[in-house]
Parts: sequence; C-alpha cells; structure tokens
Amino acid sequence: MSTVPYDHHHEAAGHAAHGHGHAPSFLKTYVFSLDHKIIGLQFLFSTLIWFIVGGMLALGVRWQLAWPWSPMPILGNLVGHAEGGQIPPETYTMLVTMHATVMIFFVIIPVLAGAFGNFLIPLMIGADDMAFPTLNMLSYWFMWPAFMVIGASFFVEGGAAQSGWTSYPPLSALFTAAPGSGTGQTCWLIGVTLVGISSMLGSVNYMTTIIQMRAPGMTMFRLPMTIWAMFITATLQAFALPVLTAAGLMQVTDRLLGTGFFLADGATANNAAMQAGGGQPLLWQHLFWFYSHPAVYIMILPAMGMVSDMLSCFSRKPLFGYKPMVYSIAGIAGLGFIVWGHHMFVSGMNPALGLTFMVSTMMIALPSAIKTFNWLGTMWGGKIQFTTPMLFSIAFVSMFIIGGLSGIFMAATPVDIFIHDTYFIVAHFHYVLFTGTAMAVFGAIYFWFPKMFGRMMNDQWGKIHFALTFILMNCVFFPMHILGMRGFPRRLADPYHYDTFRDLMPLNQFMSWCAFLLVGVQIIFVINFFYSIFFGPRAGRNPWHANGLEWQAPSPPGHGNFDFQPVIYRGPYEYGSPEVDVDYYPQTQPPTGRDVPAAKH
Amino acid sequence: MIKRLLRWLPNFWALLFLAVPVMGVATFVLADIYNIWLPRDVSEHGRTIDQLFYFILYLTGIVFIVTEVVLFYFAWKYEAKHNNKPVEFSHGSHSLEVVWTILPAVTLLFIAIYQMDAWAAAKMRPPEIPFTCEVTGRQFNWDFRYPGPDNVLYTPDDIVRTDGNLYLPYGEEVLLKITSADVLHSFFLPNLRLKQDVIPGMDQKMWFRATDGGSFDIVCAELCGWGHYKMKGRIHLLKPEAYQAKLEELRQEQDTMRVAENQAN
Repeated sequence: MSTVPYDHHHEAAGHAAHGHGHAPSFLKTYVFSLDHKIIGLQFLFSTLIWFIVGGMLALGVRWQLAWPWSPMPILGNLVGHAEGGQIPPETYTMLVTMHATVMIFFVIIPVLAGAFGNFLIPLMIGADDMAFPTLNMLSYWFMWPAFMVIGASFFVEGGAAQSGWTSYPPLSALFTAAPGSGTGQTCWLIGVTLVGISSMLGSVNYMTTIIQMRAPGMTMFRLPMTIWAMFITATLQAFALPVLTAAGLMQVTDRLLGTGFFLADGATANNAAMQAGGGQPLLWQHLFWFYSHPAVYIMILPAMGMVSDMLSCFSRKPLFGYKPMVYSIAGIAGLGFIVWGHHMFVSGMNPALGLTFMVSTMMIALPSAIKTFNWLGTMWGGKIQFTTPMLFSIAFVSMFIIGGLSGIFMAATPVDIFIHDTYFIVAHFHYVLFTGTAMAVFGAIYFWFPKMFGRMMNDQWGKIHFALTFILMNCVFFPMHILGMRGFPRRLADPYHYDTFRDLMPLNQFMSWCAFLLVGVQIIFVINFFYSIFFGPRAGRNPWHANGLEWQAPSPPGHGNFDFQPVIYRGPYEYGSPEVDVDYYPQTQPPTGRDVPAAKH
Repeated sequence: MIKRLLRWLPNFWALLFLAVPVMGVATFVLADIYNIWLPRDVSEHGRTIDQLFYFILYLTGIVFIVTEVVLFYFAWKYEAKHNNKPVEFSHGSHSLEVVWTILPAVTLLFIAIYQMDAWAAAKMRPPEIPFTCEVTGRQFNWDFRYPGPDNVLYTPDDIVRTDGNLYLPYGEEVLLKITSADVLHSFFLPNLRLKQDVIPGMDQKMWFRATDGGSFDIVCAELCGWGHYKMKGRIHLLKPEAYQAKLEELRQEQDTMRVAENQAN
C-alpha cells in the first residue's frame, strides 16, 4: 500500500483536503465522512449519549429495588406508562430489558469495535485509512435506523420490549404474553438485527485492513495487543453474527407470519387462541447464545488489548509475555464458540450436554488467568506512572480478577443450580462489563484523547473522576455477590413480595444510593471531556512518550494519517530499552546500532 | 499539609487498590454476621452443592487475596518516584508462563471432574418411582396435581390444587413432573438447592429427598411477564404420616366441592 506524504503545514488544519483540489463540504467532512477517524468519533459520541440513556434506565431499576412502588422523582414521569411517577411491574421489566439492550448493543459493542477499532486500527498499523471506507461509513449509518427503531419502541402501544435482553420465547414470541411483546418486541428484533449488520460491515473491514494494509515492517507479531484483540474480535463477529441474524428473523416470522420455529404445539398465553407450533423454545436459546456468548468476548477482548498497551506504556517496561498474550486471546476466542451452553445449565437442555459445556467453560478460565498474570508481570519491576489512564487500567485488572473468579461459581454446574438467575450472576457480568470494560474504555478515552482532538484532558479531574467511580461502583456491585448467595432472584419488580428477602432492603437502598452517586459523578467526566476538546493544553504528537505508531502521526492526524511513510523496525513495547538513552523506543525509529547484551528472557 | 498529602498521593493510589481485597473479605465476613448467606438447606444433595460452593469460595478467595495483594505491592513498590532502580527490561519468562499455565489448568480440571457426580445425582439419575406430583407453571401461579390413591396421574381421582401450596413428605424420595402451560418459568426451591426451567410442550423430572420439615418459598426464577415477581408459592414438607393425612384432607375437600358442583348443576 502507499501512503501519500503531504506538507507539514497541513497538520494543524486537521482534516484539510489534499490531492483533491477542492475542500470537501462540512457535510462530507463531519457527517457522511469516509475518514476512519471521523467515523470512530461518530461512534464514540453516539455511544456516549446512549451510555447516559442506559444509565438512566438502570437508575429506574435501582429505584424500584430500593423503594418499591414509591413514586420516583423526575425520571418516573419520563418512563413510558408510569402513573404519578410510580413504576408499574411491566415497566420495571421493560427497564431491565432495555437497560441491558442499550448497554450491550448500543454502548459496549459499538464503543469498542466501532469507536476505538475505527480510530485506532489504521493509525496503529500505519495505513492511511480502512480498506473499504464506504463500507465503514455504512457501518456507522446502519446504527441510526437501529437507534430510531429502538428509540421509537419506547412510545409504541405496550411500550418497549419486556422479555429480557435474551428475548426468550414464548414470552417474546406470543403477542399476548406481555404488554411489551407487541410492537415493542418487533422493534427490538429489527433494531438488534440492524446493529448486527453494522457490526458485520465493520468486522469485514477490520479483518481486511489488518491483513492487507500494514505498513512496511509491521509484521503480525509487531502488532500492538489492541490490534490483535480487534482482529480476533472481528473474526468472532464474522462467524457468530449470522446465527443471531437468522434467529432474529426466525422470531420475526414466528411473530408476524405464523411460523413455529420457537413455539411448541398449542402455544398460548393469557387464554388467547392457540398458535401453530411444532417448534422448540430451547432452539432460540441455543441460537441466541451461539452468538451472544462469543459476544461476551467481543465485549471484553478489545478492552484487554487496550489495557495491555496502557499498562506497558505507563510501567515504562515491555509487555510481559507478548506471545502468550496473543495466544490466550486466540484461545479465548476459539473456546468461546463451544461454551454457549453454560447459559443453559438449568434450561432443560440435556444434562449430559451440560457436563461437556461445564468442562469447556472451566478451560476458558485458563487463558484469562494467563492474561492476568502477564499484566501483573508487566507492572513488576517497572517505573509506574499513576496517570489517569494507568489508574483505569490497573482498576481493570483488579476488577477483572473479581469478575473472572466469580465466573467459576457459575461454571460449576451443581452450584449453578442454586445461583443461576440470582444476583450472583448480575454481580459477575457487571464486574466484567462495567467495572472491567467500562473502566478500560474510560482509560482509553483519557489515553487517546490527545490523538483524537490534539489536546490533553485534565489529569487532576481525571483522577478525581477515577477515585469516585472506583469506590462507588464497588459499593454498587460487590454486595450483589452476597445477595446472590442468599438466593435473591434477578428481574423481580418487587423482591420483597417474598418475606425471606425483606431484610435485604436496607442493603439494596445503600446500593441504590451509591448507584445514583455513581451516575452523578460522571458529570465530572462529561465536563472534562467537552472542556478539553476546546480549551485543553495542546498535546503534541507523543504526549505520553509512547512507542506505538499512532503517536508518530500528528495530533490530530490529518486526512491520510501520516505525513511520512512509516517503516516499522520493532514491536510496540520496547520501553526502557538499553539501546536508547530515553525510556521509549518508537516503532519507527531506525535501530541505533548500539551493541547491547542480549535481552533477558 | 496539602503538599504532604500530595507526596502521599502515589501511595494513596496503591492503597486504594489494597482496599479491594480488604473490603472484599470484610463484605463476606459482615454478610455472615448479618445472615446474608446461603439459606438453610433441607435436602440431601444440597449438602454436596453447599460443600462445593464453599470449596470454590475458599479457593477463589485465596487466589483473589493473593493476586490483589500482589497488584497492590507492585503498585506500591514500583511507583516511578519511589523506584530508583532501572526498569527490568524483560519481555517475559518462559518458565513462569509454563508454571502459571499448568497450575490453573490442573486446578480447573480438578474442579471440573470433582463436581461431575454431584451434577449427575441432581439432574441425570432420576429414581424409578411413580410421580409424587405434577407441577405446572402458568402466568402467574404454580398449579399442582397429585396422582391420588391410585398413584397414577391423569385419572379421575387426581387431586388438583391451584392455591400455590405444595405438600410433600420429607425423609423419602420424591419425584416431580414439571412443565409449563404458557411461557418459560423456573421452578426454584432455594432451601432444597433445586432449580429447573419449565418449558411448554416439554415434561421434565425433578427429584430430591428432603431431610427436615417446614414451609419454604417456591420462587419463579425465569422472567415470565409483568407478574413475574408475584409468582410465588410455598412448599410444605411434612412427616410421611402427616403428608398422607394432608392428601386425604385435600381429596375430601375436592370431593365436597365436586358434590356441591353436581348439586348446583
């Protein structure tokens, strides 16, 4: 591939045109842009807005768990069918469903692959753009119909979907089963399918770009972990997504055309007329989890990659065990395809099959353990700088240990019989997804912000944001483990309907207070983010003294990314190398030729 | 004052990460004190499940404490301002990788094999006895059908109850037939450590031997619609003699109702 070199005076202009002879219009530059950086930022801003929506939905859930049936101030009047601010039970199940749907499909997946994947892949491998820029633009614009359909579903009769983000039939397939199983559910299925198309367009593009467009000298084993993770995530999406798309369409035909893929003979609910069946509700669960279990890794692997880069940079030391790290990501991805059944241990699936899935699930804990030890090894013997992105990265490791270990409880089938669908599982996936992935995303925003906007975010306020978030999120999510031990079930509009759970109310109130504060302190981040875009100190090309190729490009990089032809001489983790006098050794710097004793292995 | 605090700040971050294992352990200790712990178990197989739970709890607890403390120690010791030594220019260690691959692999495999029997006992080896009762989940109630004196389900002498109270004997093996009439539900008996989703169009077996009497909750653990939260039942475990007497009482009650109905017709 070739990178067009261009004049230095174009640097500051950012997205100035070059080689075209005319300046593209505002619409072409910032809206229907083909530039991977703009598309990445579009994904970033969209997902951050949906992050706020998802957070508000979570607050509705937390309000009801702490003060059931009491009118909720402000938000209560906003949620669908609330009467006088009180949350009715069908609205509660809608809140639970839509909180998960928004967070998973509109926030985590698109922020990792869409925002960071788009922004970082060409910059980190030395390409001038993605392989298919138009496809890339489409992958963002396919999100919009999804946003609209799901957004509109809140206002249709019966409200948005109410059958959980897993959308298990017959509850989801029978119109009469729940108020939200009407138009709301159809909207949900269409929205999720559209998100799937968007991800698929992205994934094809990422794979092609990483394989085909690396700069001279950028061998596969010189790629940063972020790129490896994005690459493997893209393959996961490419192979798993078609199954979800097919299953989604099958459920649509069950609902609208009278087929019976997921409905048993004589399916009915609420005394409605029986529907032609002959299908099997469990089939949906198999198809859904065949996608959604790999999706769990789609939601964590890129975070792991970015954390690896940040940990190495701020430990001023090479990443410990680069190849084992790559192999364990590949191992997680491979095993990720044969563990979906662990969501179905008590579903009615053949229990003998449960044993098989139990063994593969136990084994998938292994690569995660290897990664954790290597992160600790990276910090060992370094010179750690507690910058904001580093704090978020260490928090990721610390929290991932909890989320990983709590998974073993559910993997143990006999224990799962008891804790399945209790708050123990809620604790587990929030530790992985919120205290894990979301921390990595915050860290990555602080870390790559200077490359995105050419200015630094405020470090002091970043640290305050970090400390408050870190403390509060643990207050919200850690007690969920002990709630789960007690058998406290998830998705109950009023758990205190059971006398045995009455004494858990004060603890739930404490957790809810912390949840409200947790959402509140994010204002610090929002202000810091927008203030810094316009008034932050100018960053320069390489503010963190990092090795990665992206830090050799201007900040922000102009159209075409590099103002020189990058040639790569080494991997991205040569911090503290004895070959140079400074503690970093960029990938593009020609070898100094200094004779040094062989590196320790 | 502020300057001294700032000089402490690097250590402050390390200490914040030390708070994770400290508070984590404290939460579990407090949970025990405030009785937010596994609910009372009155089943035979539940003991095995609880033992396995404690085994995993202690094992993961140790790994949790060790790794989190190591994380804290590294954050404390290698903070740039305190660490004057040059960085370890190391790209990894082959022998360490081997150690921390094999050790967890063996442990995980051990857990995997160790639990297989408990799973098989709970889900794969039903006793060869007639059904004690049929349980049907429907929005938003649990219905029960006892086979009656002839011990066969779906005969005229069946006893059908829709009040959400399930009576079963303790001290002997019990075999339930569980199913659903509309959407998915999950028949969850926390005190018997049992849970099984029920599926329309599919009959499943559930079995146990209770070790003690008492009344406990039946919880629906699979989202089944707006009334999911109130799909509550009670299970009453009685002495076998008391159980037989209770069944007889229920049967007579049903007969009286039938007679009344016939007279009304």
